[in-house]
Formats: sequence, structure tokens, C-alpha cells
Amino acid sequence: MTKRVVVLDYGSGNLRSAQRALQRAGADVTVTADPDAAADADGLAVPGVGAFAACMAGLRAVGGDKLIARRLELGRPVLGICVGMQVLFRAGIEHGTPTEGCAAWPGTVQRLDAAVLPHMGWNTVDPAAGSALFAGIPAGTRFYFVHSYALRSADAGGLAAAGALISWASHGERFAAAAERGVLSATQFHPEKSGDVGAALLRNWLEALP
Amino acid sequence: MTVAVRVIPCLDVDGGRVVKGVNFRGLRDAGDPVELAARYDQQGADELTFLDITASSGGRDTMYDVLRRAAEQVFIPLTAGGGVRSVSDVDRLLRAGADKVAVGTAAVARPELLAEAAERFGSQCVVLSVDARRAAPGTQPYPPSGFEVTTHGGRAGTGIDAVGWARRAAADLGAGEILLNSMDADGTASGFDLELIGAVRAAVTVPVIASGGAGALAHFAPAVDAGADAVLAASVFHFGTLRIAQVKDALRAAGHPVRTAC
Repeated sequence: MTKRVVVLDYGSGNLRSAQRALQRAGADVTVTADPDAAADADGLAVPGVGAFAACMAGLRAVGGDKLIARRLELGRPVLGICVGMQVLFRAGIEHGTPTEGCAAWPGTVQRLDAAVLPHMGWNTVDPAAGSALFAGIPAGTRFYFVHSYALRSADAGGLAAAGALISWASHGERFAAAAERGVLSATQFHPEKSGDVGAALLRNWLEALP
Repeated sequence: MTVAVRVIPCLDVDGGRVVKGVNFRGLRDAGDPVELAARYDQQGADELTFLDITASSGGRDTMYDVLRRAAEQVFIPLTAGGGVRSVSDVDRLLRAGADKVAVGTAAVARPELLAEAAERFGSQCVVLSVDARRAAPGTQPYPPSGFEVTTHGGRAGTGIDAVGWARRAAADLGAGEILLNSMDADGTASGFDLELIGAVRAAVTVPVIASGGAGALAHFAPAVDAGADAVLAASVFHFGTLRIAQVKDALRAAGHPVRTAC
């Protein structure tokens, strides 16, 4: 059966890319900030680009933080993409200033320690054992990343202790490329811009939707 | 493992048509940028750049249509550039389907444009396009790096130091990437300007795309050795002189990580 997905429209960029890629993966996709539609959909996708603080402000302006929390309470799946993953954590620190996140997961997103930032391009991901997102996708497959901040491995103890499956990538240091716990999944890379492997990952997410 | 060296075909678009000649067997319409983009995607391009070289302002609207159609068919990152003058131009290109927008001449005239675009859309989508050339002896003021910024497709010199400009754009104005085009090497097919790449690499911590001069397989690895994170070429791909997979094989043989097309 065709899965109904809402891409949350909160003023962030690349919403159309996420819409098109999810459609290509077989979903019936609506881009909206309507709370009822977002609550009712089989899956809610939260893309995000730009700054953590700007994305959080945009999310709050449309009540997106509450929507995400409500869906998680009700056991309804949510997928965060790029900064849409970062805002799921307790906080993000940019230029020394912390911003409160959605706090669905423990941990603080920080700037990567790398010679060249943004981390831009196709990098390998080491999928967590038992990952649903990466089912059938071999270790070492490359996905497209564009970001300077991430949940660094040094800051991922809480997320691991909370029972999340963490898939890793490295740029200067190791960081969470994807995380999954219960109905909440997220990728630091852009599956919607990662060609056929990105489509395979999105199909995995869609197929697991109840 | 580390992030792969990106191989980026560049499509020059005039009034919605690819120019600079395309010589591909099996394309129904070799001048259609969208069909060409899909072909490059299949061949393993890591990203695509569309440069609008349309002279007339009326012809510019076709670029938005090109991006819209390309983004419906191609699921890799798309960069758009050429004649971008304002934040609203950036906005329109992003909305049409570009993931990144390259700004060149307009940023030289008004550097704040970069900062405004980065503030609004994020540094990750703001690319500074630098058309650099070796300054002629006696140029006043002589740029300290020996490379000066040109504008209007290389037709006008500015006396601005190209390396200093790249450094300022990345460090102070929020550019998230440098598209570095050597006007001396461009069109020569005799190799990238390695000295220029090395000088800019040493000056910035954002990714650097090397452009201008690619003519043979042996040209690509030295550009990466000199500090490029990505290599961009147009004619060698359009004319079928080189295939993307061959370029990646050459890079891999030189010890650089590349994405294997799936």
C-alpha cells in the first residue's frame, strides 16, 4: 500500500528535493505545516539545511517541535535529515552559543574537528548492526553529506546508552551519520541527494512504516 | 575512509540549451541540459554544475525551468551559477531545485551579497566562483599572490588578489565552497593551474573545486595533490574525450578516494 508522508514545511530549504526523492521511492507526499496532516501521516520527514538556530526557530514557529514530540509519544515514525537530524538532540552549539533542540535524543551537536569544512561530498557509512534504514545496503556505501556540525562520537555516549542504533562516518573525527531508536530515525547525510543508494534507504524507511 | 574526490561535469547553458558542443552518441537531444544531466548522473557524476551564460535577461527564465526539470530526474547535488546578482536570484535558483548557488562577478562588486545569502540560506549553499588569472607584469596594484580576480567571464581585470579574495569570502563572508577557475588554463586542455590551486588551498578551509584546463586523464590527480577537493570539467566530457569513470579510475590509481557509480 502506498505510504502517506508529510514533509514538514517550516521554511527550510531542500523541501522539494525531499518530496521528489520520497515520491520516487514510492510514497504519496505532501509538503505542509498543517498540524493535522502532519499528525495523521504514516511518516513525517523533517529535512533541514543551514544553521541549527535558524532551523529550530523555523520549527518552533510552525509548532514543529511539538508535532514531533506528539508523534513520538503516539509511536508514529519521524525521519530527520541533515539539520533535521541535528535538531532532534538536546542542543546544538554554533560559534560558542548553545541553542536548545527538540531533545528527543540526548546529546549536543557540535562543530566537527576537521581540516576542511563544510564536510561536503560522498563519504562512506558504517551501518549499525541490525539497522532498518541500511537493510540491504553494504557497509562502506557512500552517501552525500553537506554539514559542519554533527553528533561527534565523543558526545554520543548518551545516545548509545539510550539504546539507539548508531551508524558512523568520519571526517576529521568519527560522528553519527545516522541514528535509529524506535519510531525515530535520522540521517546526517542527504538520502534525497544520494542517488540510487539514497532511494534505497528511503524505501527502507517507507517499508517499515506501519 | 575519507570523503571522495568529486568529479563534476559543468554544463554551460545559453537560453536553455547546452553550448560548447556536445558529442554523445545516443542522446535524442544533445542540446538539452536535462537529458545531458541524466546521462552524466548515470555515468557516475558526483554533482552537476549548470552555468547560465545567457546574455539576454529574457532568456534567463529558461534556467529555472532547466533546474526544475533536472531536479525531477537527477538525485545528486546541483549547483547553479552565472549572472547571479541578488539574494532573490539565489532564492529563486534554490527554489527551482539548485542545492548550491555560485556567485562571481556580483560578489566582487558587492561582497555583502555572499554574507546576505549565507545568513539567509546557510553557508553550505553559497559557492564563491573565482575567475583568476596570472597578473600581467606591471599590473597596478600588483596582487601579492600573483593572481588577480577577473569578472565578466574573464574579460575584465580587477587588480584584486584572487587568493586574498577567496580567503576573505570563506573566512569572513560565509562562502561554503570555492569554485576556482583558472582563466589562463581554461580552454587550453593542458592541465589545471596547480600553483593557483595550491595557493587557494593554503588560504581557505572550505572545499575547493578546481576548474579550467582539464584535457587528459593525467591532469586530474595533480589537481587533487595540489589541494583540490573536487575537479570540474566541461569540454572533455561533452566531446566524449574522457568518460567520468575513466577520470575516477585515474584518481583511484593515484591513491585518491572516489565514489564508484552504482
